[in-house]
Amino acid sequence: MDFGTIIDAAFSAAFGPQAIVFALAAIGLNVHFGYTGLLNFGQAGFMSVAAFGLAVTVVTWDLPFWLGLIVGMFAAIVLALVLGVPTLRLRADYLAIVTIASAEILRLCFGAVEFKDTFGGSNGLTGFVRPYQKLNPYNDGLTLGVVSFSRSDLWSITVGWTLVAICCLIVWALMRSPWGRVLKSIREDEDAVRSLGKNVFAYKMQALVLGGVFGGIAGIFHILKQGSSVPTDFNTTFTFYAYAALLIGGAARVLGPVVGSMIFWFLIAGIGSFFSEATKGADPVIPNWIMQPDQASLIRLILLGLGLMLLMIFRPQGIFGDRREIAIDGR
Amino acid sequence: MAAEISEARAALAGVSSEPGASKPDPIVTGSNITRTFGGLKAVDVDKIEIQRGVITALIGPNGAGKTTLFNLLTGFDEPDAGDWSFNGKALAKVPAYKVARLGMVRTFQLTKVLSKLTVIENMRLGATGQRGEKFFSAAFKSLWRSQEDANTARADDLLQRFKLDEKREDFAGSLSGGQRKLLEMARALMVDPELIMLDEPMAGVNPALKQSLLGHVKSLRDEGRTVLFVEHDMDMVRDISDWVIVMAQGQIVAEGTPQSVMADQRVIDAYLGAHHDTDITNIDLAELEQEAEAELAAESNEETPS
Repeated sequence: MDFGTIIDAAFSAAFGPQAIVFALAAIGLNVHFGYTGLLNFGQAGFMSVAAFGLAVTVVTWDLPFWLGLIVGMFAAIVLALVLGVPTLRLRADYLAIVTIASAEILRLCFGAVEFKDTFGGSNGLTGFVRPYQKLNPYNDGLTLGVVSFSRSDLWSITVGWTLVAICCLIVWALMRSPWGRVLKSIREDEDAVRSLGKNVFAYKMQALVLGGVFGGIAGIFHILKQGSSVPTDFNTTFTFYAYAALLIGGAARVLGPVVGSMIFWFLIAGIGSFFSEATKGADPVIPNWIMQPDQASLIRLILLGLGLMLLMIFRPQGIFGDRREIAIDGR
Repeated sequence: MAAEISEARAALAGVSSEPGASKPDPIVTGSNITRTFGGLKAVDVDKIEIQRGVITALIGPNGAGKTTLFNLLTGFDEPDAGDWSFNGKALAKVPAYKVARLGMVRTFQLTKVLSKLTVIENMRLGATGQRGEKFFSAAFKSLWRSQEDANTARADDLLQRFKLDEKREDFAGSLSGGQRKLLEMARALMVDPELIMLDEPMAGVNPALKQSLLGHVKSLRDEGRTVLFVEHDMDMVRDISDWVIVMAQGQIVAEGTPQSVMADQRVIDAYLGAHHDTDITNIDLAELEQEAEAELAAESNEETPS
């Protein structure tokens, strides 16, 4: 058993591009769910429209890369408006149903054979990342002890954590303001906010758009770091992993989604690597009659689910949450 | 100020005690307001007028449609038909938040405090026209800091007046029922309303706090606001209201000064019951039984075709 491999897997996942994608998506969910109480189950939809907005602009329409970025972000905003107009006046659960359904519709449309010429079918689109990779200033990868990052990962990490920092800064600045106070109040009781003369619908829409934009950034970053835009990447699991990250870190906390995402990937990669190391070789630490090597990737999800359950029971407010806030709900 | 109040009250002296009576200086007028829930006509008000500058009580048995009328007037619910106006401005189809901005602010029967916000944050939310509540200026503190400080100062004054200043930094969810009522009232005052509508301000409040709440409601009128409140507590109605409107089964059945309403036979029948002022130990059971039997007999006579 090689502990170096395990540590490398865990740390490079926690600080690597994958954790960044989920951190960005979870920051968006934090604005939706954590601060405003909007149950958005379709964050993957916001990610996919932004990702395909960029990919289609560059690959299918052969337009410049920067325009693709604008189209991608614009697509996320439009999706938020289209989803919000009919649903934000209704009860919260309707938004959850509509968002999860529309995310699935979008994913299936992007992968449909019918639209193969535009979206590239189930293989998706490639060949739009050159401008992004060209900007890479690094000549080599980076190795810190047992943890190592490739040259392109190093560039993605630099860009990604910068984006995360900017998004966190925006969320922090907005949520300490009276605007953020209105959002938090809407989460607590819409009617009370309405009775004090605030246009609740407009605030919910602003929150939906802002969180959707963060989701869009996550989607664009996701396809940039992996070099291809594949429809199946944007399935519902994506949204729920982002929710898991948010809950681990603590909702309605600026750094909650970021730290939550790092812990989530640290555990997923670390546990997976541990079990694959422990079951590997002629004389494994865990004998074959208990566990086969190919079960390592399953057991990590089982353990993670168990961990989430324990977290909800013993620390429902997440890592950063305030215990007192949770206690109020019990009254 | 005191002169104005006595003037407003004196003006009411000439008002007739008929349901829907016209007032000399109404702040709210409504006509033909109906709202049905399925087959039930919850509100069916031909005419209602609320006098400016006084405390008006809206009473009636459970299910009389008082809260529904509140919801309709404040834009929280839409009537099937009807017109109503506030300060002469028609309010049909005006959303609730705009009604509040016009100066007509309500509280709720089930107190709606924002549990996970502190008391002072609850108060600050009430202030209107905040620059920091606009998305594009929110991120820059320098744009809204001075206004926020002014609002905070006003909120602190109100908290002191309502004796909540010690709870300033506590979560609103940790307050007792009575304190929540106080906070909701104080928060509504942050909007600086002309008309404040209190939906059962005394429900679930202990007697000691009730007295101070009464004082607070009176002080609202004394500073020139109009108060409309729904209440079941008859002592409170008698104590502080200048005018009483009685609803039963969706309609206004009577109105008048507290004394005249309490003596009105229609009100006593609809609301208090025929035996409301009899000590229960003094009721002659045999006589009651006879009465009931006579009624039953009369009913069965009606049912049997003759």
